[in-house]
Amino acid sequence: MTSYGKGLRALTLSTVATVTVALALVFFYAPLDADQGFVQKIFYLHVPLAIVSLCGFVLGGLLAIGHLRTGDRKWDLRSYVAIHMALIFGIGGLITGSIWAKASWGHWWVWNEPTLVSFLIVLLLFATYQPLRFSIEDPERQARYASVFAIVAGAFVPLNFIAVRLAQQFVHPRILTLGGGNLPGSMRLTFIVSLIGIALLYATLWKYEMAAKSARMQARRLRRSLLGGDAVRPLGRSAAPS
Amino acid sequence: MRAALTVLRKDLTLELRTFETVPAMALFSLTTFVIFHFGLDRSTVSGQLAAGVLTVTLLFAALLGAGRLFVAEREQGGFDAFLLAPVDRNAMLIAKAAALFIFLAVLELVAVPAFALLLLGPPLWPRLLGLIAVLALADLGIAVIGTLTSAIAIHTRARDLIGPIVGLPLLIPALIATARAAGPLLQAHSSGSPPGKWLAVLALYDCVFGLVAYAVFDFLLQE
Amino acid sequence: MPDTAIELRGLTRRFGERTALKDVSLRLERGKTLAVLGRNGAGKSTLLRILSTLLRPHEGDITVLGESLPRRAFAVRSRVGLLGHEPLLYRDLTGRENLSYHARLYGAPTARVDQLLATVQMGARADDPVRTLSRGMVQRVAVCRAVLHEPELLLLDEPRANLDPGATELVEQLIGRGNGRTRVLTSHDPEAAIEEADLVLGLRDGRGLFVGTPAEAGGRLQELYR
Repeated sequence: MTSYGKGLRALTLSTVATVTVALALVFFYAPLDADQGFVQKIFYLHVPLAIVSLCGFVLGGLLAIGHLRTGDRKWDLRSYVAIHMALIFGIGGLITGSIWAKASWGHWWVWNEPTLVSFLIVLLLFATYQPLRFSIEDPERQARYASVFAIVAGAFVPLNFIAVRLAQQFVHPRILTLGGGNLPGSMRLTFIVSLIGIALLYATLWKYEMAAKSARMQARRLRRSLLGGDAVRPLGRSAAPS
Repeated sequence: MRAALTVLRKDLTLELRTFETVPAMALFSLTTFVIFHFGLDRSTVSGQLAAGVLTVTLLFAALLGAGRLFVAEREQGGFDAFLLAPVDRNAMLIAKAAALFIFLAVLELVAVPAFALLLLGPPLWPRLLGLIAVLALADLGIAVIGTLTSAIAIHTRARDLIGPIVGLPLLIPALIATARAAGPLLQAHSSGSPPGKWLAVLALYDCVFGLVAYAVFDFLLQE
Repeated sequence: MPDTAIELRGLTRRFGERTALKDVSLRLERGKTLAVLGRNGAGKSTLLRILSTLLRPHEGDITVLGESLPRRAFAVRSRVGLLGHEPLLYRDLTGRENLSYHARLYGAPTARVDQLLATVQMGARADDPVRTLSRGMVQRVAVCRAVLHEPELLLLDEPRANLDPGATELVEQLIGRGNGRTRVLTSHDPEAAIEEADLVLGLRDGRGLFVGTPAEAGGRLQELYR
């Protein structure tokens, strides 16, 4: 049984370090944007959250392929946690994007920003992941169907992006950009460090949740085999893998 | 392939005998047109608005039809019967998607003229071929996704809910492409040929999800 | 071994946290009949469904007609017939249409359909939708469905339930002891089942309580149904 606790301390420390450095860079190093002012700095949170979230969804799909190919349910657990985390990060990305839109454009929501819109659609899709799992009682079937969903939804992410992007082309200029796309050096450095920080945060939280869940599953299995089936209360319906 | 045709033939026979699905889809579409008339407070629509109304109506009618696809299998032992047989499991995917495609085509035979009669401003005839091309590609994608989500939903407890909430977001790119392709077509002055860009997106969508569905379907039937 | 129809070693199957079958082992020769006995929920139907390839085993080795399951499930399907609790017939199709559907799926000649319908004396009602047939008639058509493709192994889950008294004999020639067919059957009437069996498996809460000859089984029935 893989121990998810291994290397967790090192990972946590490096995450804390990177995030601290990123925060320092954002507040003290990165230049103030001429047009948008201080609020523009939320870009360093919004874009990394969005990127890491999307990668997390695709990762969930890849891990689900692992589950269907090997039949080993631990891949399903990994996939579940990846998607779960990605959804949380995604909602964070959506909220920060909305704040940024309000600050720079005056509206809490803008349809003219294709990345934000396709992101909303992706979140609407993945928000059905947990209800889907919850509505299937047999744990094996639940895991299998969830994996099928994760794969289909993972394939959906790029397609959706393309379609939404094309739909907005030539109609309105992108608004949530910074001076035409090319980041000056200081901004680029800050952005990259923020991105790494958020990615490490994702990895750390993923490991924590994996460690907690797989320890619980192991404990249950041990109790069941040592004390017999009657010693362990049935789980009842649950959306999480068991 | 023979197995897929066998299952398809069985489904078409059942539909012709019971008329459970297609008439309901058609009725639903007509009622939706009436609702749009009142909701939008318009007597005619054209261009992008018309494309939107038509696409959305077809989409919801399709979800209605997709929800019925596997009910007989589930309730009358059809899954077991199929799974016992020495046939490739993907035959069911092909058969059901083909059935849904056919249901949609029949639906459109009724719904599109009705739309032209009730709501569409510009005349339908000069645009018909272009519209058929758009709808054919759209129906293919809707059939694949509809079958996939219906197969997922049929084994869940809240099957009438899970199907639509999973299916709708998945269908959004197809919806976008269909509406954007039909928009210029349904304008007052149009060339009669739909924009190639959006037909290409629809074709891409159909290919990608066709392949993905083919790859995963077996896992939905296994026990 | 070409003489073995079924060989199970340590067969285990779970549903979530409940173990439906635990460590079941037996060997059945070709042409013989195995009776599976036990209370409701003992795992009889689960065992039959695994043998029919509808369910996959979780642990254990299982060989049916020389093919290892679940790996070779596809190869076995055309040689196994299952008659379960459900008739597996579409209620809005006629008996004939249902059987033709199955015939085409199995690649069996459609002439068999008429032949079988005549054997169970359903010829007259063959073109009525299944939902208009009585339970006994439905069961007769279901039996036809199970033997349509002339399977070498027949899995019968309480085959005589729902049959009208007269029909039992009609159906006997299709699913009975003759024909050199290997059969596995379950029944709620253990004495009757033991009568026609060569081997008896007693299941209790998923575990094989005993595997033995009908004579040995007769003595352990009390234990089984306690």
